[in-house]
Amino acid sequence: MKKNQAKRRSPRYGVVGWTAGAVLACLTGLPGVTMGAESITVVSWGGSYARAWEKAILEPFTAETGVEVRLESFNGGLAQVRAQVETGNVHWDIVDLEFADLARGCDEGLFEFVDIDQLPPAPDGTLARVDYFDGTYSDCGGGGIFYSTIYAYNTKSFPGEKPSTIEDYFDLGKFPGRRGMRRTPGVNLEFALMADGVPPGEVYEVLDTPEGLDRAFRKLDTIKDHIVWWEAGAQPPQMLADQEVVMSTAYNGRIFNAQVIENQPLVIVWDGQVLDYGQIAIVTGTPNMELSREFLQYASRVESMAAIGRYIAYSPTRHSGVDLFTTHAETGVEMRPHMPSAPENLKRALRNDWEWWSDNAEEVHERFSAWLNR
Amino acid sequence: MAQSLRGARIRAAALTLPLVIFITVTFFVPLGSMLTRSFHSPQVADALPRTLALLEDWDGQSGPQEETFRTLGEEFRSLAKQRKLGGVATRINRLESGMRSTILKTARKLRRDQPESWREAMVAADEAWGEAGTWRALRRAGERFTLQHYLNALDLDRDDAGRIVTQPPERRIYLPLLWRTLVVSLAITVICLVLGYPVAYLIANSSPARSNLLLLLVLLPFWTSLLVRTTSWIVLLQNQGVVNDLLVAIGILGDDGRIAMVYNMTGTLIAMTQILLPFMILPLFAVMRTVSPQHLRAASSLGATFRQGFLRVYWPQTLPGVAAGSLLVFILSIGYYITPALVGGRTGQLISNMIAYHMQQSLNWGLAAALGVILLATVGLFYFVYDRLVGIEGMRFS
Amino acid sequence: MAVGRASFTLGERLERGLHLAFCMAVFAFLIAPMLIVVPLSFNAEPYFTFTEGMLSLDPDAYSLRWYRNVIGDGEWRHALVNSLVIGVSATFIATVLGVLAALGLSSPYMPSRQIVMGLLISPMVTPIIVSAAGMFFFYSELGLGQTHLSLILAHAALGTPFVVITVTATLSGFDTNLSRAASSLGAGPIVIFRRVQLPIIAPGVIAGALFAFATSFDEIVTVLFLGGLDQRTLPRQMWAGIREQISPEILAVATCLMVFAVLLLITVEWLRRRGVRHANR
Repeated sequence: MKKNQAKRRSPRYGVVGWTAGAVLACLTGLPGVTMGAESITVVSWGGSYARAWEKAILEPFTAETGVEVRLESFNGGLAQVRAQVETGNVHWDIVDLEFADLARGCDEGLFEFVDIDQLPPAPDGTLARVDYFDGTYSDCGGGGIFYSTIYAYNTKSFPGEKPSTIEDYFDLGKFPGRRGMRRTPGVNLEFALMADGVPPGEVYEVLDTPEGLDRAFRKLDTIKDHIVWWEAGAQPPQMLADQEVVMSTAYNGRIFNAQVIENQPLVIVWDGQVLDYGQIAIVTGTPNMELSREFLQYASRVESMAAIGRYIAYSPTRHSGVDLFTTHAETGVEMRPHMPSAPENLKRALRNDWEWWSDNAEEVHERFSAWLNR
Repeated sequence: MAQSLRGARIRAAALTLPLVIFITVTFFVPLGSMLTRSFHSPQVADALPRTLALLEDWDGQSGPQEETFRTLGEEFRSLAKQRKLGGVATRINRLESGMRSTILKTARKLRRDQPESWREAMVAADEAWGEAGTWRALRRAGERFTLQHYLNALDLDRDDAGRIVTQPPERRIYLPLLWRTLVVSLAITVICLVLGYPVAYLIANSSPARSNLLLLLVLLPFWTSLLVRTTSWIVLLQNQGVVNDLLVAIGILGDDGRIAMVYNMTGTLIAMTQILLPFMILPLFAVMRTVSPQHLRAASSLGATFRQGFLRVYWPQTLPGVAAGSLLVFILSIGYYITPALVGGRTGQLISNMIAYHMQQSLNWGLAAALGVILLATVGLFYFVYDRLVGIEGMRFS
Repeated sequence: MAVGRASFTLGERLERGLHLAFCMAVFAFLIAPMLIVVPLSFNAEPYFTFTEGMLSLDPDAYSLRWYRNVIGDGEWRHALVNSLVIGVSATFIATVLGVLAALGLSSPYMPSRQIVMGLLISPMVTPIIVSAAGMFFFYSELGLGQTHLSLILAHAALGTPFVVITVTATLSGFDTNLSRAASSLGAGPIVIFRRVQLPIIAPGVIAGALFAFATSFDEIVTVLFLGGLDQRTLPRQMWAGIREQISPEILAVATCLMVFAVLLLITVEWLRRRGVRHANR
């Protein structure tokens, strides 16, 4: 037995030598391979929205400039950017943000300033400053889309009466079953107050008082045990299609894509929609500043901004972009009625107050996380 | 002779030295750097040095001097210019909720004009500056060494007079969560023992061939990726998952009566039990293998029933295995993170998930570190017990 | 094991039957969840429940499309390469250092044995979130965030306890007289290690190395904290998929990983049996 062991010894040394070689090769070789190419990292929201970005902006950008764009996904918020800037370890170049986060991050110095007058003008020469809708650009932002948080349901879940108002979302008696909600206080508190009878115009006034905040949480309490929390925008259409939940809050574009591309029997309830907009920004201290600026310029062209609207139901935040959205690039569906800004979708709608959120996000998030854990 | 003994000792120690150094550098030093963060937070002190120096001489009751107001206003202004104020305000806010918006609002109002009275200007910007409590909070936030993170981690706080008080019930998070973690870990340990003991007994008392086969069945999940196993449970347990489908198909449940078995505590319990079960079975089996079944038979030949024989003869002899398996499962489950994160939903989260939240979402790293230290101490305690009771050398995986 | 069957009463037989049934149920609980994934990964539809076609064994309901997707996807390939590079490097470091330490720890002359052993094993029982958080601070301060190196070192640290445990276990059955005999014949320590100790502990070393590799190959938390886009490993890629939506692609990867686990397990078992035979020689 032992003789056998001794005889088998030599190949093992071969393995050790091979391993050592592999270690050396990867320690020295690999970083060089990845860092050599001219590339930037763009961080967006994953799923079908990221796909829209890829088709509408990233691929044409690479074709035009030869710069490789690497797409990473995240679920919003400033945490990762803060951590990178704070530890001096910036490896994201461009981040796509909700406006409230963009404003906050800009205050905190997390993003590079962007001069609005340097952004590309409209095709007819109108300055970007004028071409952007009122208040939709920030000191650190470029590009920009309107999107909306709505709730949607699967028709298979409700063979009889179907939900049609924001009140129905909170009505467990009429529409029993689990509901999906994003794991943040944002939009959920607004939905809760509207469902509790607060007119859209007064929602933020009410939220600004301690009693109003309590009221919103109390309303959420009524369905708390029936909520399935989601984090990624791609989750709600999936959860609805699988009937994991009977209804879910969601970004309107994701539901649209599930409807037209995957033919899922999902329906959007526009009543009580919370309209918002977002922009992209450059992370402070990125080692790829030049390329990032180039990308931001490219993405801020009206044509680029409108191109997103050919892949997902989000519309550009510039006046000159309104005429540019036509049909869905892959199915030929007319986009206009699916946009959050279509008049028939705006009957009861709330415009997200990013200023309120930028002032109060910290405390409300803290309270929300305590509430979740109770 | 004594010299050669010394030589052998040095040789043995020298062989362990490279690993000891490696583990120290790559493991203990990082743990130390986390420990430091739990009580050392110099960022605010570095950002507002002049104001904090003035506040040192302040009595803490009356309103501070106009000079203090002016200094703070100027420091805010220069921080805002360097785009650092937001970060500083966020840090102060962690100690005193509401300070972030107070500071940013004030700085926005003070941006341009050179006020006659800084005190009036600042109080006009936010009334909070007229209250002594705000200034005391600022002074506390400026301490370089603080126990505040530990207080927070234990659901305690300081009141205006600086006394330690418990948080109001709706803000108590961490102690209940720590308690939940311990209870869940204990539950999982007990379930694993109940499920694992008979199985280990079967394996230990089977023919060698069958024993080997059964052992493979225990080891297979052990070698399979944690994420794979967790994914499987999601696929099995979700609303439209295999188990619910099956129950509906055979008529036990109606289609609208599907049970929520995942994304809640049930999911965490089921998945963690399956994942940790091999850690219970293997030590039990290792001990049972050495317990001779003759004893049981001797007992039964003396007229004892199987049950009596088992309780009086067999069970006591397997206690070392019970202790080893239980402690191991318990220690491992206290620190579980991935499984609760994926299948736990809102109610199935454990203390590790809260640490991850503060590491990655709220970025309250001091608090994350304090919670980490508390978790580490808890695990360390049980690890110590394990070492004393079982001996680390008894740990085996194959 | 011939247990006197005739001496069992009816009640005891019932008890035995129940015991056996209970154990089968527990084995089903251990194994079934993983087996379920296998057929579902061949689902032709983008769902992860059994479709009617699958239940009636309609061949059209099964397909390899998810496997094709995974193989054709650059991200998964990249993740596999990263996992292998980090895994192999970490295993190499862990094995070399772990074997040396185990040799020292198994010496009867090792001072403060229990304490040193306790310290060296502690990465295994330390809650991974705590280790990962500490490493995040540490490597960021060193400017090593988002590098392969930091992950290799982290995984090596997490893998060493397995090597130490497995090799010391093999060495505990080792007859120190053999070394002494060799030494009295004039062999130096290196020769003793190569000719006497290594052949005996080899199964333990390889098993320990496989454990360390499996640890790294499955590790996700340090990757979440220390890794960037370039350091995505297989578990990290799976994590992203599970959090967003479980596509059958994930199930295809899961099936591959399971096959890999079976191979690892068979290897380790084979080594263990060789080791046992050896010890019982």
